[in-house]
Amino acid sequence: MSVLAHIFEAAGIATVVLSSVREVAQKVAPPRALHCEFPLGRPLGIPNDLEFQMDVLHRAFALLGEKTGPVLVDHPVQIEADEQPVSCAIPPRYDASLPPSVDEARGIRNAYDRAVKRRGVTSVGRVISADDVPNALAVLHAVANGQDWTSAEIPGGNVVSVCHDIRTYYEEAALELINGPAPGGRAMENWFFETTEAGSTVLAARAAMKDAGAKFPVWFYMTPGNR
Amino acid sequence: MNGDQMMRAHSASLPAPQFDNPAWVTPVALSNARVAIVTSAALYASGDEAFTAGDTSYRFIDRDRRDLVLGHWSPNFDQMGVKMDLNVVYPIDRLEELAAQGIIGSVAPRHVSFAGNQPDDVSTIRLDTGPSAAAQLRQDGVDVVILTPV
Repeated sequence: MSVLAHIFEAAGIATVVLSSVREVAQKVAPPRALHCEFPLGRPLGIPNDLEFQMDVLHRAFALLGEKTGPVLVDHPVQIEADEQPVSCAIPPRYDASLPPSVDEARGIRNAYDRAVKRRGVTSVGRVISADDVPNALAVLHAVANGQDWTSAEIPGGNVVSVCHDIRTYYEEAALELINGPAPGGRAMENWFFETTEAGSTVLAARAAMKDAGAKFPVWFYMTPGNR
Repeated sequence: MNGDQMMRAHSASLPAPQFDNPAWVTPVALSNARVAIVTSAALYASGDEAFTAGDTSYRFIDRDRRDLVLGHWSPNFDQMGVKMDLNVVYPIDRLEELAAQGIIGSVAPRHVSFAGNQPDDVSTIRLDTGPSAAAQLRQDGVDVVILTPV
């Protein structure tokens, strides 16, 4: 973003960056930056908080009045990412003959469909559709339990993208399963990886692929790097 | 170290491009300025071309579109905030409100989305796609850009 600010400024457009990594803003030195120590992925800070978002924008636009730069100002509020998994009930087991994650993925399908209907859009579909999620989990379950991943015919081909679609399917379904205020920055990720069967399956398949000698980019980006 | 701390430390450790003699634009009064959003969240309008891994191109998002897909390839940031409220990444409704209040002059007819996870030297964006997007916003009469990172 700080790089793009220089480029747009050179084209004759005044810029303000909402910085998310202070050291980068210091090094790249865009003309005007408001550093926002908020959860990554939330540059305006708080979902559904109009007043807070407006405060961020007012502080950012105020920097346009500076006569010289570069200007780097900190937003006075810092927001820590919430590390507690969001409370989100999963339907009970229905078909005990299936791997737990496959049964679970089928169980939240109605919630996912409601989310898509309400929002009018889904980010599932990079390589597989919602229909393919249970089968993808069945294949990852087999990999986690010893099947050679190179011959496992993972749907969609690109395992990193498959994991993106699985996680997105779960997180979008969860939008319909939680109540109360918007969860904090890492609460949904932690819910998926620490409390769902699908999260356990992805983590176990990833570990098995790493142990089997898969190349680093193939297994590493199946999950956030700190896992 | 939690996920955000790890990503911030990683980003801070990467080499960063330096800009000698950086440009500085003195903007028109905000109440007369046409404002556009430029984000690196890899958002794109449903039905538009998806972003690939390491994609250096950009997508325009028309002012009235809200059915946006999150096409970012990094698993290392919160992806739910933007699905609960687009404005936490792409503050298009806030800009419309600021325009209605007369605080900004107008909202640009289209906005720009890049993908944030870029090759380290960002040379294509610096030399090609970045200037291209900027020139087109200039043609739209854009005076001010707010850049929102993911």
